[in-house]
Amino acid sequence: MKKPTPLVDELEKGPWPSFVKEIKKSADGPMASDLLSVLERSYDDKIGHWKHGGLVGVKGYGAGVIGRYNDLAGEFPDAAEFHTIRINPPAGWFYTSDVLRQLCDIWERHGSGLTNFHGATGDAVFLGAKTVELEPLFDELLAAGFDLGGSGSALRTPSCCCGKARCEWACFDTMAVTRELTHVYQDEMHRPAFPYKFKIKASGCPNDCVGAIARSDLSIIGTWRDDIQIDKTGLAKYVAEGKPNIQRDVVERCPTRCMRFAKGQLDIDNDECVRCMHCINALPNALAPGKDRGAMLLVGGKAPILGGALLSSLLVPFIKLEPPYEDIKELLVAIWDLWSEHGKNRERVGEFIQRIGLANFLEQIGLDPQPEMVAHPRTNPYIALHEDKP
Amino acid sequence: MPPATIKRKTDIGPPDYQKFLPPIIQRNYGKWVRHEIPRPGVLVHTAESGEKLYSVRAGSPRLLSIKTIRLFAALADEFSGGCLRFTSRNNVEFLLADAGKVDPLILRLESEGYPVGGTGPSITNIVHTQGWVHCHSAASDASGVVKSVMDELFPYFGSMRLPAKLRIAFACCLNMCGAVHCSDIAILGLHRKPPKINHGTLFKTCEIPTTVASCPTGAVRPVTVDGKPSLEVIEGQCVLCGNCYTVCPSMPMNDPEDGVSIWVGGKVSNARREPMFSKLAIPFLPNTPPRWPEVTTAVKALVELYAAHAQPFERMGEWIERIGWPRFFRLAGIPFTRDHIDDFTHAGETYKRSVHLRRSPAWNLGG
Repeated sequence: MKKPTPLVDELEKGPWPSFVKEIKKSADGPMASDLLSVLERSYDDKIGHWKHGGLVGVKGYGAGVIGRYNDLAGEFPDAAEFHTIRINPPAGWFYTSDVLRQLCDIWERHGSGLTNFHGATGDAVFLGAKTVELEPLFDELLAAGFDLGGSGSALRTPSCCCGKARCEWACFDTMAVTRELTHVYQDEMHRPAFPYKFKIKASGCPNDCVGAIARSDLSIIGTWRDDIQIDKTGLAKYVAEGKPNIQRDVVERCPTRCMRFAKGQLDIDNDECVRCMHCINALPNALAPGKDRGAMLLVGGKAPILGGALLSSLLVPFIKLEPPYEDIKELLVAIWDLWSEHGKNRERVGEFIQRIGLANFLEQIGLDPQPEMVAHPRTNPYIALHEDKP
Repeated sequence: MPPATIKRKTDIGPPDYQKFLPPIIQRNYGKWVRHEIPRPGVLVHTAESGEKLYSVRAGSPRLLSIKTIRLFAALADEFSGGCLRFTSRNNVEFLLADAGKVDPLILRLESEGYPVGGTGPSITNIVHTQGWVHCHSAASDASGVVKSVMDELFPYFGSMRLPAKLRIAFACCLNMCGAVHCSDIAILGLHRKPPKINHGTLFKTCEIPTTVASCPTGAVRPVTVDGKPSLEVIEGQCVLCGNCYTVCPSMPMNDPEDGVSIWVGGKVSNARREPMFSKLAIPFLPNTPPRWPEVTTAVKALVELYAAHAQPFERMGEWIERIGWPRFFRLAGIPFTRDHIDDFTHAGETYKRSVHLRRSPAWNLGG
């Protein structure tokens, strides 16, 4: 370490893994060492020292690299340029030790040695490259079979839960869909041409382990349309153990009260079930989603910027979602075409739909209105005239 | 003329995940039938074939040195055939086919300082943003707050004693790269001063119409300063969101008086209750590096209150809805202020529009 950092050193203590220890592990190099000094200054004066991003990138791409400079360049020259590189990870964040070491070796040659596994959108992030290193770093990443993720007003790196790789509840192949959409829409990811960012996330069941409904413009969430599967042996075991309390914790927590439990038998009225996953979560060795599985598509989820946070709202109540996935691709392109033409600068698709109205949006992308798409029908009587009126 | 170079192959996309799946997953892909959590931090998935996959989950600080990634790679070689993955909440998971290696791996991970846990009704890793480590618009430091809070809540990571899972998230400004808005407990950095306008650079660095349009409340207006086009902020109208700074570098907001707010009761899962946004509990706590004691104390008190009062399987938001927000504020000892009442686009939907209220000892009956 070049300079003492007494404030951040406090965060080396305590049982939770320390990010300060991580920075120090790489501080045999000058970049991580200067980064820690910049952070120490922030802890001292309670203010960030990173400047607004600059235009940096690799040839042919308008995304994937975020310029980062700090305002203490004179004091800490080795952290003066500290750009972020977003690397599109394999779907489901599965790696082998060999490929991780390959990434580490590349990053050791070209940057600070600090990473995020992973960033909030799901990219593997290399934290701290100088401008001059970007092109050689990118060449090495490509040679190793990796490419950049999305940034700016582009399709952001799609992400998904581990799906069928490790979960009996996966109602569609989240990793296959994510890989397919990522590969088909490389241009939309790497050359920002949308009004604002567009995120796609795929969760294999309504537990939504990647938070698709809150964090993505197109949320793909698994579901099924036949009956919940009941394994009588598994159920008998829970009954014998008395844990959980099936009447109190399962039947009475069902949002539609569609279950009856009597004499060790569980009866489910599947027409009333909203497929929320609670009973299956509570009794994983007795209950399972049905066999006729697919997904729901929802649109418009986002954080508050600009017009307030939105959860995604229902667009397609059921889709089988099987290769070659032409149906979801057609829908995506229809949404992108409409939004790209009429969306305002920095208007997310959810805000765009609010501005033009869901009914207009559906008409333009060629979907019929369905009662599943609303919490309830309109309550105000300001009904405009339009062409297909009787 | 320089020699013609071979055109670089671009847009290759990410590598195929199938290359990185352990053989036991390749054999049983889509054929898992059930799972158990035999101890905190260990998932056992059983396939139709009867094969069992053991996943050992360890916490990480997300910000990792390549030396730690190499350590994880070496542990994967020794214990899980070189196979591992990361979770959506920045944990690392080793994927083992051999049950006999689970306990030795846990010992090694914990001796290296990476605790095993984060499964079932626990508090798992806090998803978070870059903060002062690497972001231009951070109103607080993400990593420092997360480290301090997780040190305080550490016993909840390695145990499964809560009524249900409890998800904490941290975002260092309203951009919410961490999308914390649907978390059981969200910690959100807040700027507390309007942007400071640099009239000397603004006309060179910012588009005036774009910046005006970026303001959700119409508080940013064009002006001329010293004969040059610039902007002014109507301070009474400014909601300190930072949008103008996102599009205009000459309107920085960072200030030593920035701090954080605490939000509660959100969830993304559809289980039982539909997904919910987090709602404001504590409007402001100061930035007090390096350990943020006000924040860790407040978060711990909320966790303990929830643990003491919620019923089995109730998430934080479900518990609060059952008892009602007035009782939540009384139980938590948090003063309810004008800041708690929404005044943005959908504010009207948040007003109480019925007389369904539980009686309150706080009401001064009969005046």
